[in-house]
Amino acid sequence: MPTVGIKRDLLFKALGRTYTDEEFDELCFEFGLELDEITSEKEIVSREQGDTKASDASDVILYKIDVPANRYDLLCLEGLVRGLQVFKNKLEAPRYRRISPVNGDPQKLIITKETAAVRPFAVAAVLRNITFTQERYDSFIELQEKLHQNICRKRSLVAIGTHDLDTISGPFTYTAKPPGDISFKPLNQTKEYTATELMSLYKTDSHLRHYLHIIEDKPVYPIIYDSNGIVLSMPPIINGDHSKITLQTKNVFIECTATDLTKAKIVLDMMVTMFSEYCSQPFTKEKLSGEFINRKVGINESTEKIAQLLTRMCLLSRATGVGDEIEVEIPPTRSDVIHACDIMEDAAIAYGFNNITRTTPRAYTVANQFPLNKLTELLRQDLAAAGFTEALNFALCSEEDIADKLGKKISETRAAHISNPKTAEFQVARTTLLPGLLKTIAANRKMPLPLKLFEVSDVVLKDETKDVGARNSRRFCAVYYNKSPGFEVIHGLLDRTMQLLEVKSARGEGYHIQAADDSTFFPGRCAEIIVRGKTVGRLGVLHPDVINRFELTMPCSAMEIDIEPFL
Amino acid sequence: MADSGVVETLLQRIEKADDGVDSLNVAASLGVDHQVIVGAVKSLQALGDIISADLRSSKHWELTVEGSEIAEQGSHEARVFSSIPLEGLAQSELMKLSFGKIGFSKAMSNKWIRVDKTQEGGPRIFRAVENIEDQVREKLLQVQKGNFSQLDEKEKNELKKRKLLSEVTVKSYWITKGSSFSTTITKQETELTPEMIATGSWKEKKFKPYNFEAMGVAPDCGHLHPLMKVRTQFRQIFLEMGFTEMPTNNFIESSFWNFDSLFQPQQHPARDQHDTFFLSGEAACLCCSDRRYDKEAQKNILRTHTTAVSARMLYKLAQQKFTPVKYFSIDRVFRNETLDATHLAEFHQIEGVVADYGLTLGDLMGILHQFFTKLGITKLRFKPAYNPYTEPSMEVFSYHEGLKKWVEVGNSGVFRPEMLLPMGLPEDVSVIAWGLSLERPTMIKYGINNIRELVGHKVNLQMVYDGPICRLDS
Repeated sequence: MPTVGIKRDLLFKALGRTYTDEEFDELCFEFGLELDEITSEKEIVSREQGDTKASDASDVILYKIDVPANRYDLLCLEGLVRGLQVFKNKLEAPRYRRISPVNGDPQKLIITKETAAVRPFAVAAVLRNITFTQERYDSFIELQEKLHQNICRKRSLVAIGTHDLDTISGPFTYTAKPPGDISFKPLNQTKEYTATELMSLYKTDSHLRHYLHIIEDKPVYPIIYDSNGIVLSMPPIINGDHSKITLQTKNVFIECTATDLTKAKIVLDMMVTMFSEYCSQPFTKEKLSGEFINRKVGINESTEKIAQLLTRMCLLSRATGVGDEIEVEIPPTRSDVIHACDIMEDAAIAYGFNNITRTTPRAYTVANQFPLNKLTELLRQDLAAAGFTEALNFALCSEEDIADKLGKKISETRAAHISNPKTAEFQVARTTLLPGLLKTIAANRKMPLPLKLFEVSDVVLKDETKDVGARNSRRFCAVYYNKSPGFEVIHGLLDRTMQLLEVKSARGEGYHIQAADDSTFFPGRCAEIIVRGKTVGRLGVLHPDVINRFELTMPCSAMEIDIEPFL
Repeated sequence: MADSGVVETLLQRIEKADDGVDSLNVAASLGVDHQVIVGAVKSLQALGDIISADLRSSKHWELTVEGSEIAEQGSHEARVFSSIPLEGLAQSELMKLSFGKIGFSKAMSNKWIRVDKTQEGGPRIFRAVENIEDQVREKLLQVQKGNFSQLDEKEKNELKKRKLLSEVTVKSYWITKGSSFSTTITKQETELTPEMIATGSWKEKKFKPYNFEAMGVAPDCGHLHPLMKVRTQFRQIFLEMGFTEMPTNNFIESSFWNFDSLFQPQQHPARDQHDTFFLSGEAACLCCSDRRYDKEAQKNILRTHTTAVSARMLYKLAQQKFTPVKYFSIDRVFRNETLDATHLAEFHQIEGVVADYGLTLGDLMGILHQFFTKLGITKLRFKPAYNPYTEPSMEVFSYHEGLKKWVEVGNSGVFRPEMLLPMGLPEDVSVIAWGLSLERPTMIKYGINNIRELVGHKVNLQMVYDGPICRLDS
């Protein structure tokens, strides 16, 4: 969820009244925004860099407002104020239209086929007769930055370039060239560089270096020229210095280059609609029925009232008079409207979620438990009654936990490996519950002995027969940690568990244990648990090396079984 | 236990006395140490109301070691007097005696002796009077006999100044008959025994009272984990509301079900490496042999929400004749997040889903109201929100009485038609859903600030041992 920082006083000035913090918070809540923090430049700098740096910072009060991720039109002061004013019935929903320049033809941006290899799409627009103030200028730059970070996916999908139109002349050409053939003076530099030089220059730039990878390995780089061969920009990295906009700029040329044409259009629409009434995109119209909205929301309003509700959300609407039909204009600012349900939501917001009567679905249904979970729940209760305490460990762990520490090879484990772990704690999904229980004991060594722990939970095993190549397996694991190994205690717990699961002690149709070799256990102190002829798990006294590797000091016995065969 | 002979004698004394006896007097008359009587009093008190004993303190005078010596052998000055023969004694000889120095000056001031400094061989001492009366010794003997009332305060203070007397405070009991006084005492039993029950002897026996202030012995038992106790309650609530449990035992999920089927575009930030755990290796994806999904959708991940399972369930539902369903699940989900006191890489998601013809937003809010009422939360309000696969989307807030503010308690919404129609569900079927985490309400319930003390191996087992039962609505 993006956050926008807006100066409170400017906001109130634009809204035409002041609010208390609580009133404004309430307004945000109704509209689907969140007043996240009330702060100032000074507070932010002081928090991040210390008080000394903060002394020069401004202490003008800032509202930090969380905006839903699909509402790009609320990412700047202008858009936010427009949305709120219309919502409060203080302003009519704006209508955007394209106008032609007073003299001459519209500007042209010619896209050459070379761009297909690197960044195939571009759209452009002109904002004419704009007057910048410092605040408007800042807001303009800020919006550009917010769009870059969010919908543009850090410039990888779309990159925006803005230029002073009066310093350049169309038609413009968007093409792509080998980096060695590109040379220009980039923004805020004093001399010309080739594209290759620029890439190494910006390697150390804390801001720009994050974008270099987007084109770095491509054979050609995207580049935009004017009719005189002046470089406007080398998207998505940097603009030329020549055409940079200033507070004095009157006419702004905006270009968006992209790998995704839909997103490029949304971004361009946002840029122009936020800063001008003049727009290159006509609005679209949708028709839907008032009954649809009443039915989906669960209200009963007249068609006219619903049209009014929608208009308050900047969706200029009117009842057509044909039945309950409503005609809704979707402005280019509202790229989030892609289905009738999006319009329905706006009607519900304008009606007020909290004004809707709460009802109960009428469907009669019978509840069923998932059998494996039912068995787990019942078993857990009785294992606690048997004197063991339940632990709850992570499903992710290190390779070491499930292999080396247990005296096993990782290749023997059938473990699903994670390709992008941030730390060694999340290298694999666990294949056994035992390491988690041993780590729980290690973290609780101060507790009185004996420690008797159990866990009933899922492990993950590779399984080629499954669509995702792996499956969960529900396990029951228990450990006994004391001054003596207590094999008989764990064995007794196994007997009790089998009693609970109605399996008799017998070969063949019942259960029995039989000596087994397992490097996790002390030689001669490990047995396989065989139920109805199939091995379901093991029990035994842990190998001293295993005890040491888990930083334990006492003897320990353990058992682990698969409980799915008992369903 | 006090000597039973002393206890009996004490009881006889008390019986004879009309208004009680003093423990000091009893000790003196029996010729035993006072502490022996105190012990007898204490053991009688433990038996109930046989006696009543009031603690009182009194002051009395005692001879010091020096005072006792004087009472026995006479005052220093008297001993000086009696050591001097008629022919006198050299002063140097007198000073060699242990009492010489002090006795000499005192005897001089009493004018019992005189010094002749003219004698040959140094000064010589002679008796100055015929007889003397050793008043100091007399007084001390009176005190020793306990007759200190015969001395006036001035005399006592003078003797005190000479460190011959000291004043001591003595604590004693004034013992009177209790409400169940008896001169014979029966031995108290500590516990009821099988023999007593068999013979009925318990009827005659007296039992030692219990100390109800002490703690009992902790039972030897196992314990369920607090988070799992809360999970059990949430399962119970869903079952009470007629919701069927979904099979969520598949931590590993394909990007298709986790994202694509939920209308989450392939460039969506949630699909980034730093938010989601991806699995290594090429998983053999059986369902994709017809190239229906592209490479991105085939990537296997650790599911980031249980809604992936809901999507599978809804798809399954769409493959048969539609009947309304209510589903729930509570299980683990995984996020490749930066860890802190409230965030872990895995947590439990609680999810409820209802599919039926003509469900409204009002239905969603109504069912949420019923659900949260069962958790003891009745004050709810809803905030518009954004979620890729629900429209409308609502964040659920409840008023927290402790924090005095509205706090987010869950997320909810109506599944988008773009998600449902491709699955093959009828066009007029709506699906409403909500979700919340299991950890957050548990941390609030049990007052835990650091999630690591609750989940994972760093859990504090004492907290698990001490945990109360879980009733979410109280």
